Amino acid sequence: MPIQVLMPALSPTMEKGNLAKWLKKEGEAIKSGDVIAEIETDKATMEVEATDEGTLGRILIPEGTADVAVNTPIATILSDGESAADLGKASAPPPNVAREAAQSRSPVGEGRPMISAPATPSAPAAVAERDPEVPAGTEMVTMTIREALRDAMAEEMRRDPDVFVMGEEVAEYQGAYKVTQGLLQEFGARRVIDTPITEHGFAGVGVGAAMSGLKPIVEFMTFNFAMQAIDQIINSAAKTLYMSGGQMGCSIVFRGPNGAAARVAAQHSQDYSAWYSQIPGLKVIAPFSAADHKGLLKAAIRDPNPIIFLENEVLYGQSGEVPKLDDYLIPIGKARIVRTGGHVTLISWSHGMTYALKAADELAKEGIEAEVIDLRTLRPMDTETIVASVKKTGRAVTVEEGWQQSGVGAEIAARIMEQAFDYLDAPVARVSGKDVPMPYAANLEKLALPNVAEVVAAAKAVAYR
Amino acid sequence: MAVLRKTVEKESTPKASRSPPDFTKAQELAAFRDMLLIRRFEEKAGQLYGMGAIGGFCHLYIGQEAVVVGMQMALKPGDQVITGYRDHGHMLACGMEANGVMAELTGRRGGYSKGKGGSMHMFSMEKNFFGGHGIVGAQVSLGTGLAFANRYRGNDFVSIAYFGDGASNQGQVYESFNMASLWKLPVVYVIENNRYAMGTSVTRSSAQTDFSRRGISFDIPGEQVDGMDVRAVKAAGDEAVAWCRAGNGPFILEMQTYRYRGHSMSDPAKYRTREEVEKIRHDQDPIEQVRNRLLAAKVSEQELKAIDAEVREIVNASADFAQRDPEPDPSELWTDVYR
Repeated sequence: MPIQVLMPALSPTMEKGNLAKWLKKEGEAIKSGDVIAEIETDKATMEVEATDEGTLGRILIPEGTADVAVNTPIATILSDGESAADLGKASAPPPNVAREAAQSRSPVGEGRPMISAPATPSAPAAVAERDPEVPAGTEMVTMTIREALRDAMAEEMRRDPDVFVMGEEVAEYQGAYKVTQGLLQEFGARRVIDTPITEHGFAGVGVGAAMSGLKPIVEFMTFNFAMQAIDQIINSAAKTLYMSGGQMGCSIVFRGPNGAAARVAAQHSQDYSAWYSQIPGLKVIAPFSAADHKGLLKAAIRDPNPIIFLENEVLYGQSGEVPKLDDYLIPIGKARIVRTGGHVTLISWSHGMTYALKAADELAKEGIEAEVIDLRTLRPMDTETIVASVKKTGRAVTVEEGWQQSGVGAEIAARIMEQAFDYLDAPVARVSGKDVPMPYAANLEKLALPNVAEVVAAAKAVAYR
Repeated sequence: MAVLRKTVEKESTPKASRSPPDFTKAQELAAFRDMLLIRRFEEKAGQLYGMGAIGGFCHLYIGQEAVVVGMQMALKPGDQVITGYRDHGHMLACGMEANGVMAELTGRRGGYSKGKGGSMHMFSMEKNFFGGHGIVGAQVSLGTGLAFANRYRGNDFVSIAYFGDGASNQGQVYESFNMASLWKLPVVYVIENNRYAMGTSVTRSSAQTDFSRRGISFDIPGEQVDGMDVRAVKAAGDEAVAWCRAGNGPFILEMQTYRYRGHSMSDPAKYRTREEVEKIRHDQDPIEQVRNRLLAAKVSEQELKAIDAEVREIVNASADFAQRDPEPDPSELWTDVYR
């Protein structure tokens, strides 16, 4: 049967084009790959190559014709043994495909019947587990957050030979912030790997190793430097499971200090909470207490997904009690109510918790009982705990070191509005880092960060006190 | 000093000028069939794109078939392959089914990524094909990571990371070269130099246009290879893979090749003349080279036509499947974000 040559679409958006020129005549032999015509699109002149072999039977659209719709038959090709007498029998393009394609290329409502779009299926609800009960009588060990992180990594490396640590100065130097202290001695250079200063490259190497089934812990000396690697984190680590239809995932932890340290100025003092928490495919953890650092890092290393684990340099030296258990795991995605109260809800995470907790003390002196929520995980966010608290207090203040625009606090406020609007007695207030690059001068740096007084003032404002 | 010697040797006797060892008749026939499958598949993909059945970007591999087919002949099961966005040929060469690849191009549920990845993002754990990556150069670090995993596990598998002359100018390529050489990772970097990074010729984009020399600062040996001659590709691939498998670290192969079609379907390719394309097609076509050798070796025209017919049948069946297969169920919108 003769083959119809259709007006091709030559770009993702092309709907019609001009048939500029025929380069083959009727009756001329055609080989696969021969250029048979030239077509002008809105962007350029393109060549049409034959994909079938035979003889050009008939030209259906003469050269010089303008606005030929995509998928219009423009010529017929006769196969071996066919003659002009067969032309009437030309096979039409598969009708459903042609129609679907034409529809997808024309804007809705342009002279064609409206297709009722199927409703978008709703997203599955995230259900977070509760914290495991720590058995009564469990010994509590006081340790620094730095030690809690190190112990978490060491325990998981003992448990699973596929877990390894890589990053700048993690091995022989014992960690730029001493978080990986002792790991080289216990696990050796095969599993504790000093990388060159090459964030983009070693993030990609880590993701590639994870794609082949290993479980890398990639330490960034700080998350500021991970900006060099953010393409591999988002485009490769976070999206591949989806793009592979579930075939190929990436079990990897990117960890390191995030946010402002002290007196290191704008390029070394940025909070990436909002950046990473926007990305589907990533889980984002930002703990505050020593116990949570340990339990959440262990859970992160075991999780089969890519994890952003945001630490804070200022917190590394702070101590807290950690239960002495063989396997202390905190579920990812579950907030913790650190302090209960009925007058106002303060919501924070990571170093922001220091302001929230001190503010709660101050408020208590004035008779305002604040409920303080430590989010611990930013994605998936434990909206349930936030909403339950706001339904009780009717008032909420978010506290973050990052910037306000498109920040995590903005997201929390939106969720409260969507799910607890009728319970609110005042608009949600946000306390955040100021909308400037972090200054170096001590007094300006202090002004740029949130402080306890600002949290107290915001809580009083929403409580109308 | 083996590494240094290798590099110096390359400079004095470029491999591209050497005549490659002959193939057996069985190898010639296999190469002919595998290259023809890619050619016909890509022609059909171009046709389906023209009909609107394939959307978005579609980068065809026509002209470059000898590179993946020759390299694949140098590998053993378990070796990994990773590449960029011009990936249909690599998938077919790895043994992935034409149906699954074509159905992914049309965004259907029977596609390798259930219709969620498209032309540039397909994977097969079963065939050790690690993508299909849309960000130029990203696959070089990822492929280095695959080699890292081989070394970590102490196995003797080799990772093949394909990229183009354009990607060769990305920073992470050199970050990867440095780590691969430093840690002696078993990775063959196959630079498919098809002379144009989209519309920019190598002479307009690259200070060093001999891509086999791009690893010199890292002590990585390299070779220029006639990427239009499948025998030359296989011979160079054998050597490079053996080098890596023996624990000597990475190797760079510059495959001198050519793409006949535009960068993507919407590229009118005005940065080169039609004569340039026609000349290469006429003088160096990788499939015609094998066909002519087979005919000279008294394989009948009829036998070759039968192979073409078999290949066309596979391709046509894949096109039918890719148009009949339903789109993904709407519930698939929410699956595979996490596991």
